[in-house]
Amino acid sequence: MTTLTTEPPPPLAPPPALGRRSASGDRAFRALTLACGAAVLAILGLIAISTTTEAWPAFKEAGLSFVTSTRWAPNVDVFGSLAFVYGTIVTALIGLTLAVPVSVGIALFLSDVASRRLRRPVGALVDLLAAVPSVVYGFWGVAVLAPALLPVYDFLDEVSSPVPVLSTLFEGPSTGRGLFTAGIILALMVTPIITSITREVFDTVPAAQKEAAYALGATRWEMIRAAIFPHSRAGMVGAVMLGLGRAMGETIAAALVIGSSPQITAHLFSSGDSMAAVIANQFGEAGGLHRAALIGLGVELFALTIIVNIVARAIVVRAGRMR
Amino acid sequence: MVLVYAAVAVAAIPLGFVMAYLVDKGGKVLTLNFLTDDIPNSARTRGPGMGPAVLGTLLITGAATLMAVPLGVLAAVYVNEYGRKNRLAGVIRFLADVMAGVPSIVMGLFVYTVWVLRFGFSAFAGALALGCLMLPIVIRSSETALQLVPHDLREASTALGARTSRTILTVVIPAALPGIVSGALLAVARAAGETAPLLFTIGVVSTANLNLFEGSNTALSTQIFGNAKQPFPGGISRAWGAALTLVLLVFVLTAVARAVARRFTVR
Repeated sequence: MTTLTTEPPPPLAPPPALGRRSASGDRAFRALTLACGAAVLAILGLIAISTTTEAWPAFKEAGLSFVTSTRWAPNVDVFGSLAFVYGTIVTALIGLTLAVPVSVGIALFLSDVASRRLRRPVGALVDLLAAVPSVVYGFWGVAVLAPALLPVYDFLDEVSSPVPVLSTLFEGPSTGRGLFTAGIILALMVTPIITSITREVFDTVPAAQKEAAYALGATRWEMIRAAIFPHSRAGMVGAVMLGLGRAMGETIAAALVIGSSPQITAHLFSSGDSMAAVIANQFGEAGGLHRAALIGLGVELFALTIIVNIVARAIVVRAGRMR
Repeated sequence: MVLVYAAVAVAAIPLGFVMAYLVDKGGKVLTLNFLTDDIPNSARTRGPGMGPAVLGTLLITGAATLMAVPLGVLAAVYVNEYGRKNRLAGVIRFLADVMAGVPSIVMGLFVYTVWVLRFGFSAFAGALALGCLMLPIVIRSSETALQLVPHDLREASTALGARTSRTILTVVIPAALPGIVSGALLAVARAAGETAPLLFTIGVVSTANLNLFEGSNTALSTQIFGNAKQPFPGGISRAWGAALTLVLLVFVLTAVARAVARRFTVR
């Protein structure tokens, strides 16, 4: 911009009336977008308030035993949710145990192992896994997977009977539906989530570090262990936590395959129940205090998942900042 | 390295099985009549009919989209365009993340307590619940799309004398539109497959109900869930048909979203 103008530029001021109107329009638009943003805050607040209010009679009736008792007997107005919390956590953990190695493997495949030609179809595979609705997984689980797993469970039960710990974990009798079957279905559903976040984390590993590892003579696997994993640890933990939040809140698939019995059991192949599944299965025929208690379960689940998600986000954000 | 390949295989096998069963069992019942006929009153009855559920899914998801997408895009505009140095925008972004983690069944319970208890079951109640589910997804994807708009464009528009609102409406949003559209379509795909938010909000009905605000409605996902719990072959085979229909619908939406994102992205 070295050109010098001899004349001052003509004034650009718009007519004052138009200026005022569009200035107020500008402010109105800003206020509109702010209102839309604030809607998120309002909805979250409303969720907490309205569900808690509606669940209050059940909370008052059960008191602290709502969270500490395992006895859930709607016909005599006894509501203890601990068995469902147990089922929720156990199924989510089984799901994560199965899903995490697979997800990390696929993420590595997509970020560093696969040739460009293979990347597209495998990426599409993950997209497909994510796109199948949970009710379809649940339906497939109850119609196909559970009957197919029954002989496997029976076999493992028989084989493991002399082994101390395993005999307890694998003990029957099983119907095919149960905590472990639910865990398998949950694993299918959280795999795409964990894969996509982990992959993003892997993509942020500086190329220089990978090349440095190769330059020192590392094989590809050594490079992954020495350059990618240390750099991505926090992000991976966050991804797993987000998967945990999703697995805990998953309703329909669990409701179909978990077997619906309110018990705390170490037998992974027997039936249990999770918080979300109980709500889905019992709400239709529930009235009065029972209904309030089911809404109360929803409040408890809401609180649990929010805690898990906030911790997960905090880890992911911190991991991002350390870079 | 073998492990990495094994991981891909382990994920592909169950997906392959799910698809194979869907195509095999669903393909047998999926005909044009299946998509248009009324649902039989009893799960024991054999024969086609998911028409009302197809209509219900389209109606409910459509209404949810009309509510959630404008709200979500405008919220993303606030967070990304007005709130760069603003505490409140950070809070909203954080809460959108939190909201994305709220289980869908809680959204259903929420709409049940604030809407259904007062006004009864309706497609609109279901749309409210699905809208709540879509909102955070739309906000996040729109925000990402807005972030990708080069800053030069905004500055050029401002230099030409446009006010911020005009810059956003005529320059930034059009530039980000492919990203916004594909993100919204993915949110629609996710919502169309959801069951839990609809269980306590739309009621049960076996004939078509085109009224958004009055009377119970039905959807493909709730029909699958309802029939899957019953032991009757008629209901089960209809559930397979509904599942195939739903998966096809979701896949088409997902594929269109990807195509939009790929086709119009300026590299």
